[in-house]
Amino acid sequence: MTHQTRRIRSIAGVAAFALGALALTSCSSGGTPDDSADAGDLTPVTLQLQWVAQAQFAGYYAAVDQGYYEDEGLDVTIAEGGGDIVPQDVLAAGDADYAISWVPKVLGSIEQGANITDVAQIFERSATTQISFADKNIETPADLAGKNVGSWGFGNEWELFAGMQQNDVTLDDITLIQQAFDMSGFLSGDIDAAQAMTYNEYAQVLETINPDTGELYQPDDLNVIDWNDEGTAMLQDAIWADADRLADDADYADTTVKFIKASIKGWIYAAQNPEEAAGIVTAAGSTLGQSHQLWMTNEVSKLIFPSENGVGLIDQDAWDTTVEIAQDTTNETGATIITDDPPATAYSNEYVQQALDELEAEGVDVNGADWEPIEVTLEEGGN
Amino acid sequence: MTERTLTPERRWRIPRLARPALLGVLGLVALAVLWELYKFFGPNNGVLIGDLTVLPRTSDLAMPHLATMALRLFEPVTGAATALPLWLAVLQACAFTLGIAAVGWIVGVTVGLALALLMQRFRLAEAAILPWIVLSQTVPLIAIAPLVRRWGAQVQLGEFAWENWMSVALIASYLAFFPVSIGALRGLVAPDANHVDLMHCYAVGWWKTLWRLRLPASVGYLLPALRLAAVSAVIGSVVAEVSIGLRGGIGRLIVEYAGAAGGDPGKPWAPIFGSVLVGLVAAGFVGLIGLFLRRFRRGEVNA
Repeated sequence: MTHQTRRIRSIAGVAAFALGALALTSCSSGGTPDDSADAGDLTPVTLQLQWVAQAQFAGYYAAVDQGYYEDEGLDVTIAEGGGDIVPQDVLAAGDADYAISWVPKVLGSIEQGANITDVAQIFERSATTQISFADKNIETPADLAGKNVGSWGFGNEWELFAGMQQNDVTLDDITLIQQAFDMSGFLSGDIDAAQAMTYNEYAQVLETINPDTGELYQPDDLNVIDWNDEGTAMLQDAIWADADRLADDADYADTTVKFIKASIKGWIYAAQNPEEAAGIVTAAGSTLGQSHQLWMTNEVSKLIFPSENGVGLIDQDAWDTTVEIAQDTTNETGATIITDDPPATAYSNEYVQQALDELEAEGVDVNGADWEPIEVTLEEGGN
Repeated sequence: MTERTLTPERRWRIPRLARPALLGVLGLVALAVLWELYKFFGPNNGVLIGDLTVLPRTSDLAMPHLATMALRLFEPVTGAATALPLWLAVLQACAFTLGIAAVGWIVGVTVGLALALLMQRFRLAEAAILPWIVLSQTVPLIAIAPLVRRWGAQVQLGEFAWENWMSVALIASYLAFFPVSIGALRGLVAPDANHVDLMHCYAVGWWKTLWRLRLPASVGYLLPALRLAAVSAVIGSVVAEVSIGLRGGIGRLIVEYAGAAGGDPGKPWAPIFGSVLVGLVAAGFVGLIGLFLRRFRRGEVNA
């Protein structure tokens, strides 16, 4: 009899644990809202980012927050990226309607069979640089020879390799070092010249105390090799759409124009209201420090504005340069990104042109010729 | 003489339950002292054998003072007016990750037990399934994580829609089921042959043999397996959060705070402490189950 009750009690114990755990999850999962219920007649659209929420995507978050997408009849859900999420694969698999990704990374996917199209080249300029402390005297790609050169790899290395190749520095001349998420390898001296995005890692260094001075590192302490100046810049953040659906589905093509139009408005908002835009991104769940977030917003706007032909329009020369580098630059295994010319569907100005025309008809300045960045003061740790 | 009688008496003063706790705290203190001692006396550039670093640098960047990490916990996450204190943000993330890991654990344990029962009941099933179970753990997580998310995105049953946290829980269960299925199988076949024969002589059926003999005998094997599964579920959750980009848990914080390693060296350690805490709580839960099953814990095997 006692055995029986004990056993029942032990079973009850396990059950209580299970119930407790379930209750816990139901509480914690309550934080992911799904507001599509009150969407009414809006067209649901999912945008897949290439990384977690941060000001790199400020324009899209601003467009959601300011209701620009809703004005166009779209209910946009922004799906954050992750370590193993490849946005162009998510798009090609039909799990997202649009994706943000770099052109060289997608060119490889297209050659592998992904049928997707660059419908708006939001970032006109590249943000990738190779930075080094001034006392290392690395001012040009040629100076990289004999140095410890950092790179994240995974498709982020091609501008560096192309720049070296152009200056007759081979991969045997340098020691290539796998760079981590943070800049500690650079700060501790393991890496002489480290890869840094102007909007992120460059700022991370400037948010660190220089042990020699007791103050934050200053831009004067660093040499920066900018691939835009070296002529080996490749096109980065672009809006990608499903090529098959563009061809077959008139509604999707129409939605694409609307999506691009509202996104451009979002980017214009972010460029003109960097403080507010940084706040919107933080409110969307980014935990980056305040000054870092503002710096990122400001720097990303510099990649877009002033825009020569209008935000998002794909420049033929820049596209050709990207394709050329993707075909001619070899990595440490001797491979190139692509071997053949990309198909004609790889990019299209049709949709972005229509969006720009509509915006201009509404009196929106899509070039931002007079736009000026703000001065951002970075705090220690980016806070 | 007097001393001899005093010593055991003194030992009795410390309650029996408090002793392991005391030893645990002592271990932590020893670790902390070791950290600070190495930081103080260790070479600036770390200990190298040839070009290989065997012990890290002792700079404030690579090894912040424990005080730096601890004090950082009580400052706000960022300079924003609405920012939470770091410890609270980490605790919230801990609760989120723990919840997902718990779901993964429950699913994993259920599946693991079911597989073990199946394999015990049918020899053929064991021959057919066991190699696959072992093989399943050789598939790297980064390969299955995007797949699970993609498959999940296509699941839609009426009102029920698959959410990203479920993908994370599923990946956690994928890691958790393995030790349970192996441990439970070992436990279920653990009874002595003469005990099983006795059951045969009594003409007792499989179900009753299972309930009266095999399950009680398996407890000693099952508990360590459950503990392993709990820890695997936590690790699986943290890694899968990063892998598929789920917000809210410890994994996300580890990635997001990593960038502050230079300017704010104490910050990236906070979520690491958080994940340790989650692991301890998960193992503690299994310990509680062990209390309930105390009667059956004879000759527990260490996994």
